[in-house]
Amino acid sequence: MRKVFKKVFYLYYDGFRNMTFGRTLWIIILVKLFIMFAILKLFFFPDVLKSKFASDEERGNYVIEQLTKPKINNND
Amino acid sequence: MIENLDMSLVDWSRAQFALTALYHWLFVPLTLGLSFIIAIMESIYVRTGDEFWKKTTKFWMNIFGINFAIGVATGIILEFEFGTNWSNYSWFVGDIFGAPLAIEGIMAFFLESTFIAVMFFGWNKVSKKFHLLSTWLVAVGSNLSAIWILVANAWMQNPVGMKFNPDTARNEMVNFWEVLLSPTAVNKFLHTVSQGYVLAALVVIGISSWYLIKNRNVMFAKKSIIVAAAFGLVASVNMIGSGDNSARDVARTQPMKFAAMEALYEGRENAPLVAAGVLSGKEQAEYRKKDFIFKIEIPSALSYMVHLSPDGFIPGIMDLIDGNEKRGILSFSEKANRGAVAIETLRELKEAKGKDEQRYIELKQKFDDPDWEENYFQYFGYGYYKGMNPISIIPSVSLTFYSFHLMVGLGFMFIIFLAVILFFSVDNKLQDKKWLLKLGIIMVPLAYVATEAGWIVAEVGRQPWVIQDMLPTVAAVSQINVSSVQITFWLFALLFTALLIAELKIMFKQIKLGPKDGGK
Repeated sequence: MRKVFKKVFYLYYDGFRNMTFGRTLWIIILVKLFIMFAILKLFFFPDVLKSKFASDEERGNYVIEQLTKPKINNND
Repeated sequence: MIENLDMSLVDWSRAQFALTALYHWLFVPLTLGLSFIIAIMESIYVRTGDEFWKKTTKFWMNIFGINFAIGVATGIILEFEFGTNWSNYSWFVGDIFGAPLAIEGIMAFFLESTFIAVMFFGWNKVSKKFHLLSTWLVAVGSNLSAIWILVANAWMQNPVGMKFNPDTARNEMVNFWEVLLSPTAVNKFLHTVSQGYVLAALVVIGISSWYLIKNRNVMFAKKSIIVAAAFGLVASVNMIGSGDNSARDVARTQPMKFAAMEALYEGRENAPLVAAGVLSGKEQAEYRKKDFIFKIEIPSALSYMVHLSPDGFIPGIMDLIDGNEKRGILSFSEKANRGAVAIETLRELKEAKGKDEQRYIELKQKFDDPDWEENYFQYFGYGYYKGMNPISIIPSVSLTFYSFHLMVGLGFMFIIFLAVILFFSVDNKLQDKKWLLKLGIIMVPLAYVATEAGWIVAEVGRQPWVIQDMLPTVAAVSQINVSSVQITFWLFALLFTALLIAELKIMFKQIKLGPKDGGK
């Protein structure tokens, strides 16, 4: 079992170590994930219902209220 | 009943979603198709033991890796938008979306992430056969991931297998298999992945054509073209079949979209198929009608395509607005009235809950009554348009019509091109046909235009619905500040453009290096 783990570890270790342009790709992936999760998600994309209400019941009631008070601007 | 909502919030939210979805889709189809082309090439290597095929596989694997790395996780942004910009919708769809997306996440993680490492790092470290198995599993895994998101999208186009819970305002899945195997989902999956295969084939051919024009890596390019063209040609047969089925399904489940795809205003029997046409720029006030400046029609072909009979009736936009008693089509105003009753029933039920138990039970029973569901709840979304101008439920006919015809026209052109290039490749006369090689390069951007046009047909054509007939965009949107949507729109535009430039830059560099020097 230990041998298998060692083999798996070296597969990844050697793989990452011997990368050429893959390094650039990994940098892009990490920067992208950072922008997406640490900036966009955190500051710009809160879960509206989760942040506004504590329970599913409250969320459900709010959505029913929203759905039963249609808001359409008839600009035609 | 109607209050004013800042339409710019809806428009900006839609624009933002469209932007992220269209950018995300630039990365996905190549992953879907190229993974199989690589697996086929590696299979040839394992079977023949010829190092040439190993080198060829490795090069295309690098192109796959670049596209995968840049594109990976771009779809997550769409999920962010569901929670922030489309919270009513997110809640309303309930577990219908949750289950397929959760399965997608798990599958993508285990199948793709695990075996992708073996695929890239495992050369000479694992046996040839295990490496080949990993490559095939990456291909199968990435395509299986696509199933789940396409099933979720298909449900929005044709909601089946669920029951609306009026207490929670959520749809609950009652039949997983009905959701998974609805004709809409099956056709959507087959059509989407097969066009991804055709796109990937065209990308391989385009890059290989460039090598042949430059007289570089000649054998590599020729063999790559044969594999890609054969693969693309087989996929294109499936693309036509599933596209045909898909159109028939749209005619049945989304007749307004179908009418917009053909710019058909007046329904008729022996309806002709518009092979090509130009719509007038002038829009009539009624039905937003646009006449054709010119068109080439195939007599009765549209009726035949849908009903497998030339006499079949195809409803036009006017029939869907005014109703057609003879054909059993309800008018827009009747649907709006029935939908308003369903909305009002939901509102009353919420008010009665905990206050008037008898009334509550009485109203709740309506939601459990299949007849009421069929005659009223089915038109829930139309209730938002009661008393409004019916043109509100007509999608952009020009955009849907042109996108559809562009997609179909390019699709048929790709098939002819793939057949011709395969013919000359097998005949070993390809290098003399510079025009064909140049055409091969031109086909690459056209493949992307076609695939994006397909999504425009699917998504713009179903407007104003987020969930067909049940939830319009105006009711699905979150009540948030429009300026925050505008800011994130531009942030995304910036981020995705940067990613696209990065992808193209790295890819062009690898292509210039060629198969000999393609690193890891």
